[in-house]
Amino acid sequence: MTETLPGADVPNPLDEAAITAAVDTAVAAIDGASTLDELKAVRLAHAGEKSPLSLANREIGKLDKADKAAAGKLMGSSRGRINKALAARTVVLEAENDARILVEETVDVTAAPCRRRAGARHPLSTLQDRVSDIFVGMGWEIAEGPEVESEWFNFDALNFKPDHPAREMQDTFFVEPPEAHLLMRTHTSPVQVRSMLERAVPIYVLCPGKVFRTDELDSTHTPVFHQFEGLAIDRNLSMADLRGTLEHFARQMFGEAAQIRLRPNYFPFTEPSAELDIWHPGAKGGPRWIEWGGCGMVNPNVLRAAGIDPDIYSGFAFGMGIERTLMFRNEVADMRDMIEGDVRFSEHFGMEI
Amino acid sequence: MRIPLSWLREFAQVPAGSSAEDVMEELVKVGFEEEDVHRPTDTLQGPVVVGQVLSLVKEPQTNGKTINWCQVRVVPEGQEQSLTGDGIDPSGVQGIICGAHNFVEGDKVVVTLPGAVLPGDFRISARKTYGHLSAGMIASVRELGIGDDHDGILVLSRIGLDPEIGSDALELLGLYDQAAEINVTPDRSYAFSLRGVAREYAHATGTSFTDPASLVSAPSTLTGGFDVELHDDAPIYGIPGCDRFVARTVTGVDATRPTPQWMVSRLRLAGIRSISLPVDISNYVMLELGQPNHCYDLDRLTGSIVVRRATAGEKLTTLDGRERTLNTEDLLITDASGAIGIAGVMGGAHTEVSGGTTSILIEAAHFDAVSVARSRRRHKLPSEASKRFERGVDWNLAGIAAQRVVDLLVELAGATAEATGTDVGKAPEPVVIDLPEAFAAARIGIEFTEQQITQALEDIGAQVERTATGYSVTAPSWRHDLETREDLSEEIARLVGYDQIPATLPVAPPGRGLSRTQQQKRRLLQALADSGLTEILAYPFVSSAANATFGTAAGEAPRALKLANPISEEQGWLRTSLLPGLLEVARRNHSRGFRDLALFEAGAVFLPGARLGTAAIPPLGIRPEEEVLDGLYDGVPHQPLHVAAVLTGVDSPAGAGHQPRPWDWADGVDVARLAADILGVELVVTQGAHQAFHPGRTAQLSLRSGEVVGYAGELHPKLLASSDMPARSVAVEFDADQLFAATADVIVAKPLSTFPVATQDVALVVAQEIPADEVLAALREGAGELLEDVALFDVYAGERIGEGLKSLAFGLRFRAPDRTLTADEASAAREGAVALAAERCGAVQR
Repeated sequence: MTETLPGADVPNPLDEAAITAAVDTAVAAIDGASTLDELKAVRLAHAGEKSPLSLANREIGKLDKADKAAAGKLMGSSRGRINKALAARTVVLEAENDARILVEETVDVTAAPCRRRAGARHPLSTLQDRVSDIFVGMGWEIAEGPEVESEWFNFDALNFKPDHPAREMQDTFFVEPPEAHLLMRTHTSPVQVRSMLERAVPIYVLCPGKVFRTDELDSTHTPVFHQFEGLAIDRNLSMADLRGTLEHFARQMFGEAAQIRLRPNYFPFTEPSAELDIWHPGAKGGPRWIEWGGCGMVNPNVLRAAGIDPDIYSGFAFGMGIERTLMFRNEVADMRDMIEGDVRFSEHFGMEI
Repeated sequence: MRIPLSWLREFAQVPAGSSAEDVMEELVKVGFEEEDVHRPTDTLQGPVVVGQVLSLVKEPQTNGKTINWCQVRVVPEGQEQSLTGDGIDPSGVQGIICGAHNFVEGDKVVVTLPGAVLPGDFRISARKTYGHLSAGMIASVRELGIGDDHDGILVLSRIGLDPEIGSDALELLGLYDQAAEINVTPDRSYAFSLRGVAREYAHATGTSFTDPASLVSAPSTLTGGFDVELHDDAPIYGIPGCDRFVARTVTGVDATRPTPQWMVSRLRLAGIRSISLPVDISNYVMLELGQPNHCYDLDRLTGSIVVRRATAGEKLTTLDGRERTLNTEDLLITDASGAIGIAGVMGGAHTEVSGGTTSILIEAAHFDAVSVARSRRRHKLPSEASKRFERGVDWNLAGIAAQRVVDLLVELAGATAEATGTDVGKAPEPVVIDLPEAFAAARIGIEFTEQQITQALEDIGAQVERTATGYSVTAPSWRHDLETREDLSEEIARLVGYDQIPATLPVAPPGRGLSRTQQQKRRLLQALADSGLTEILAYPFVSSAANATFGTAAGEAPRALKLANPISEEQGWLRTSLLPGLLEVARRNHSRGFRDLALFEAGAVFLPGARLGTAAIPPLGIRPEEEVLDGLYDGVPHQPLHVAAVLTGVDSPAGAGHQPRPWDWADGVDVARLAADILGVELVVTQGAHQAFHPGRTAQLSLRSGEVVGYAGELHPKLLASSDMPARSVAVEFDADQLFAATADVIVAKPLSTFPVATQDVALVVAQEIPADEVLAALREGAGELLEDVALFDVYAGERIGEGLKSLAFGLRFRAPDRTLTADEASAAREGAVALAAERCGAVQR
């Protein structure tokens, strides 16, 4: 590759043609180097201590004084040309080298391993949080209470008369011994009673939580499920306020096109009482009304149980099932999927619903 | 409640073309819920006609059975068959094979002709069988879907019918009728009758209504009848068990007469089986008017009837043949022989009407709802009668219903009514409610007109009087649910229509958002999910053994709540730990092919203290005294929020160039640490002991104050093996409420020094059993104020250290707030740290 080998003839530093020829040879060799290693060899051969030009440079000392300046100038410009060529080639080859390394480091990004385990909230929890947030956004507060509850909070305070069939229809789990009057709450309404006893009027609270009924687990029933119940106590509240609140909530939950319908019903703790239906345009099998929950104006006996004067204050209450909401909103066909804890169910939802 | 449409039409204006669905849709508007539709023709289609068996040839078969080869006339003699189709014989006589033997030549029967469809999608066609072409079937009641009897075919003469040959048997048997089934809420007892539903149908449609009670002409007074005495010496809540008893008597009854088909059909559609004519009449009147009543065989009664509470140990064999020991709270109908019925619940077997009965005493009485409810519950005897009494029956109906039963017995059973009768008791005071002028409008949000209010209340049967301040409303005798002005508001709104209620959005006062604890809970659960754990929600029902294993640390006595009526006796306890539920869910996932799991749950556990509930419950409708309320609060067991996790298998999915790591005990500790970090609580980890965990790999989790909040580590190998869980599975559980409570109210900022850091490492050899955390604590304390941070970065045990010893390597970072530390200062601080570790833990610097 190098045309001037060590030991070759040393050109005369005053012989401009020979020097230029040597420089041309060197520049050609530099430009011809295809790798950084080749370039290093070329540099040693043409610019190294033993290179013809270096050796020619040394000859300058032996020249006549008068010739030294001319020779020095010639040799200086020759070195300059070579260094410039070396620098330029180095830049090119280094860039090429860098590019090659990056190409060599190419991976198959589609084979990236997942080093992280993807966790998930249970969709019932996510939905419960979302419902709570809607009401918090309206200025309501979230109230919670115990799951094993005194019978008084679950029934008597809510105007369930001791021998009334409505009490039995709640399919209650009782806690032993019966003389202790403890039970698994059958609805989150006892939290409403606690809220009324503990807070000052006006009261606007939402009570989400777990409730219990003695139903065997099947595709549409579960002995443990979740509810959210709302309670508002203020001056001059009417059923129109109840409807307005439910409509607002339904639209937050299901979009601006959501519609609700109230039908007369009976609950011991509200009078008047209503069943709440929601219009489900996307229901499987075509648009239809879906039973969503119960609601009504708080029965004066419930207000009295909490020491609130029904002649001054009125209130409304409503309650819906979270499982039921998830079932029709997210097309969950089988209740058991929500209960059994199969990781595929929660992980499909991730952190969203 | 099921409402046969033909029956409803007697009292309400139901359009001719209306289906059960149409009727339900109307009833939903006034507050009933749709349940079901009962329509025989949904599963039964003709041609099904009356046929007469002309000839019957018995043909023994090789299989031992004998079949009948019958010729059955299905059009009147001399007429031509107008039906056409495969298998329909133009002659009007069908050849039919029949396996039943309960009929003879000449009998009129029900013939399902080829082309008919029977319940169960059983399609009738002409087919070759037993060497004949059998063109149709002679049907049994079971095949027609109208009864259970399948001992033989239906012979029409035996149910009192002699119809024309060829007539439509579906018409004959009332099978074109249909019933709407609605759900009646427990406050509206009156709707457990055609009378009540017809009235509501009229409300819903704005049409007219005929009260069936008005069609009965009962004498206004009854005298000289069977002697009846009301004698309740122990009323419940001061209310007499019976406040009206009407007794009527009839003679000359033929109890064997068949019940007419129109009645059988209506009863069947209403869900009641036909039993005998007197019983059917009794049921029919109950369904029509809502008044339960009872027929006694008059000849079996002795002495006079006394309605009284049972005496201790008294017994009665009820209609269902069971002998029942009565409770002194049970209200009884008795005669000289003793109990003959539990009032409003069930009659006795001895005085039951039978085929031989010729004289009947009809009871129509009014019993106290609570008394009936308690007897029904006590004896587990739900009946149509008790269902109505428990919810309330119209006091005024007894005489009318008794008359209706008498009338029907006369008309259908050939009875003669006796002019005498008994009517004892005392009418309750009518309920008069004061409805202030604007109350309903304010409560409902509709500006009702006076006309709307008066009309609605009068429509439901109330009497309305205008007063200076509003209305004085006398509730109808059948509406026990109407007591307050709120009740009346609902009636007005219901009749005007809930769809008329406008929507207004009340504005809540400025709120406080989520409470601190609610926010902490959310952040904690979200952080756990974000870190790769999957949330599950298990049932709180566990076995006693599970609570003993998981719910208490070593040496603690387990306390747990037991359910009185669990779904499964074995899982009859409330959890004291979340781990049994998590392990069950883990096993379920394993069985479905998912071995690598990281599950967590946040939920209440139930930790009863010494005090459990309250012996008494305060009354409803009044705020209890503070001490009583405090008692109720204190009696509710402690139910803290626990958070627990179970980790099995490896930490992440295997991938190209990625080796997953098996979960180990430290991951359990890490979950707890994550929780503590999220909440800003210092968690102290020490070597712990818990029977559910590996004895050498149990971390006890405590607060700095010393309170133990939970455990983490590897589950006990034996427990894992016996519960079919993978070895080395990891668990952690802690009381989140305690963590929430331990968070600082305000975190005080620390000044930040910008002077250079000086780092020093130190390796200390200590005995194996010395916890690293203890050494760390000694170093921290011994290093003094210049120490910025200290961390354990390596643990080594091996030959170079010596048996029973381990080497712990710590990195210490020193910094002064006001100057650059010299090497000597840093070394001096390190020496101080090492010295205290040496003193406290016997540490020796390597």
